Amino acid sequence: MAFNIVASSFEQKYIERSQWHMTGMTGFIFGFVALYFNFVGLMTQFMERWIIEGVLTLAHLTIMGVALFGGVTIAIRSKNLSAAGKVANGAAVGAMIGIALSLLMLFMTQLDIRFMFVALSNKLFLFLSWKQGLEGGITLQIVLSAALGALGALIVVMPKVLRRPLIWGLSAVFIVGLFSELIQLVMQYEFILGFRDWFFTWEGQRVQGAMVVFVVSFSAMLFWTIRGGAVKERFGQLSPSGQKSIRYFGWACALILFLLFPAAAGSFFGQVMMYVGLFILMGMGLNLELGLAGLLDLGFVAFFAAGAYTIALFTGEHELQILLLDRPLTWWEALPLAVLVSVAIGFMFGIPVLKVRGDYLAVATMGLGEIIRVVVLSDMAAPLLGGSQGMLHIPRPSLFGWELNDPIYLFYLTLVCASVAGYFAWALENSRLGRAWMAIREDEDVGQALGINLVNVKLLAYGLGAAFAGLAGAIFAVMLTSIFPHSFQLLISINILALLIVGGLGSLPGVVVGAAMLIGTPELLREFGEYRFLAYGAVLIAMMRIKPIGLWPSAARKREIQSAEEIEASIREQMEEEGQRT
Amino acid sequence: MAHIEVDDIHVYYGNIRALQGISFKVEKGAIVTLIGANGAGKTTTLNALSGILGLREGSIHIGDTNISDFMPHQLIPKGIVHVPEGRRIFARLSVDDNLAMGAFTRNDKAELSKDREYVLEMFPRLRERLDQTAGTLSGGEQQMLAIGRALMSKPDVLLLDEPSMGLAPVLVEQVFNSIIDINKTGVTCMLVEQNAYMALQIASYGYVLEGGRIALEGVAQELAKNEEIKKAYLG
Ligand SMILES: Nc1ncnc2c1ncn2[C@@H]1O[C@H](COP(=O)(O)OP(=O)(O)OP(=O)(O)O)[C@@H](O)[C@H]1O
Ligand SMILES: [Mg+2]
Repeated sequence: MAFNIVASSFEQKYIERSQWHMTGMTGFIFGFVALYFNFVGLMTQFMERWIIEGVLTLAHLTIMGVALFGGVTIAIRSKNLSAAGKVANGAAVGAMIGIALSLLMLFMTQLDIRFMFVALSNKLFLFLSWKQGLEGGITLQIVLSAALGALGALIVVMPKVLRRPLIWGLSAVFIVGLFSELIQLVMQYEFILGFRDWFFTWEGQRVQGAMVVFVVSFSAMLFWTIRGGAVKERFGQLSPSGQKSIRYFGWACALILFLLFPAAAGSFFGQVMMYVGLFILMGMGLNLELGLAGLLDLGFVAFFAAGAYTIALFTGEHELQILLLDRPLTWWEALPLAVLVSVAIGFMFGIPVLKVRGDYLAVATMGLGEIIRVVVLSDMAAPLLGGSQGMLHIPRPSLFGWELNDPIYLFYLTLVCASVAGYFAWALENSRLGRAWMAIREDEDVGQALGINLVNVKLLAYGLGAAFAGLAGAIFAVMLTSIFPHSFQLLISINILALLIVGGLGSLPGVVVGAAMLIGTPELLREFGEYRFLAYGAVLIAMMRIKPIGLWPSAARKREIQSAEEIEASIREQMEEEGQRT
Repeated sequence: MAHIEVDDIHVYYGNIRALQGISFKVEKGAIVTLIGANGAGKTTTLNALSGILGLREGSIHIGDTNISDFMPHQLIPKGIVHVPEGRRIFARLSVDDNLAMGAFTRNDKAELSKDREYVLEMFPRLRERLDQTAGTLSGGEQQMLAIGRALMSKPDVLLLDEPSMGLAPVLVEQVFNSIIDINKTGVTCMLVEQNAYMALQIASYGYVLEGGRIALEGVAQELAKNEEIKKAYLG
């Protein structure tokens, strides 16, 4: 006990002494973020984009959002302050951000540095000063930022009944505004056109639309916050079978909605969801290798390429295939071949790196992946694989005489493939082989001593993992009907690795969540060009800080974290006991 | 005929000679111990036996099978299982999964659950902790798990590398008692130990290893009385 008291009082003193320091630091960091957004030209781009048409642009929301989050952050961090104190500190942080922006404005009027920072344009100045000139702009910016900082803190300290609906309402308006173009794409049907045009223009959502969105989501959340407990209680009183059937009904509805969505929403969504599906397939493959068997593979994209090129070779008009067969294969006939070729490449891949472990394996497999890409690019293989020209005119698959030529059909094809593959991945995970993989992941030597044939098991990990990527490659080949070596860069392997980690290594649902987050979201935000990767990077960093075990970790990983916490707790207890004794 | 027969084996780590001609025999159903100071080559001997290290010269026989060139995973079907130095349980898996891994090569479900029951009876502390992550077990429990995991393969020969390492005297006694129990069911045990005093108490025959050579051998009780050994290992 004694030990603990010392520790906590020390901590308290530390916090008390450094409230100034903390507020100052928070203001400084958020001020820096605000300046950074301006310097890199994010603001200049966002200025063009209305969230609420004629009222707020994305740039306004971003710069205001920085101040708001500054207030939220300081209010959460200063645990020992009263509500008023938190709001005051929020205002202080906001003011610091305002001052940072004011300095930027001053800077822009006094010095001409546009030759270095193209983004610092006159337009940006008008935006930052709210068209009030230098002095007016500075005053307004500081006051406004301070107010927003205070508001952020206020959101933290206000009662939950208000806070939750408010956050939901604001987020809903923001999200609807951000994706307004895509939402309008979905609302393409004659009978809702009037409704759509009342809500949106192609520039953004209308004021009236935003108000409706806010009011609806605010009141829905308000209702849930007040009455949600009662609803849950009623649900709890139902018989277990009743609960079950309601739950199943819910899942079934969600599934049907999901299945119908791309068909209803149009090709663009079909395309994006299909692309996500391909990465889910590849993610499941790498998950076998890395998540289960612990083999880090940065050359994974090679298997994807193998699948795609096999399809191109055997279904297109091609000399080799004319030599071997009297007619090109259909996609369906070539599909098993594509998977087999990938498996074979997987085995070949595994052999040279059998004895390589850990970090070294990452580098070695990266080398293997590059070798395959360079071979494909080379003049030597050009007559066969087309070199850097790629392979063109790959015919689309057809089903019952019906050509699957729309991304939506291909999405459904991907979905079916991913479901089958997902079942296999699940079955493998729970099989004897799955257990062997887990054993060698934990300890290769002991696994062997318990009778696991290391060579077989490792090669199977590479081979079966490759099968999933080969399947993905086969679909990829007919997505664009042409393939090029530059589609198979190292970056793809790295993306798959990242989505596995963000989703939660070793977890199948994690693969889906990770792919949706890391592959789907950037696709939906295509209109922002390269800037979306700024968000991508930020999400990766934030994720690894906030939830390093992933968004949907496997049960085993969760248990691990839990027991690590238990160990910590028991150590703390022991220390306390020792403290008591002395 | 001897159950394990090691004949003049030489083992190298690269150019470093670790074992320079070691020979010994373990009779069927016996407990034989191999004692020696740090770095004498005890672990090396066991690793050579279980196929982790290759032989430069010499041979190893189990019954009348020559296993000199076997890969590690080929020994389980021959009934030999190795409990490695430092336990090396699967730290991130549950206790139950660890036991299941021990039975990796087996298909006989009914027999298997009997053996699991036998292991859990021998180590009741494991039964209480079946769902616990193995890495969070105490050192003694981990040693029990390592032995239990090995037993799940239903071995004829148990190779134990320093099972007493880092355990409190009470626990050492417990572990050694369980070795005696296992041996009573007919399992041949090869026990590598630094704790020579305890090892010589439960073994019937002993070998003393020094600098990669057998320096001394004999009936365990007599070795325990030997003045040299007393000075060197029993203090
Ligand atoms: N991987 C290795 N590479 C090089 N030398 C090694 C290696 N492993 C062991 N040795 C050497 O071989 C000799 C025997 O080592 P071994 O591990 O068999 O000793 P030991 O009798 O088990 O000792 P301890 O009681 O400390 O476990 C030592 O001199 C050691 O340094
Ligand atoms: Mg040793």
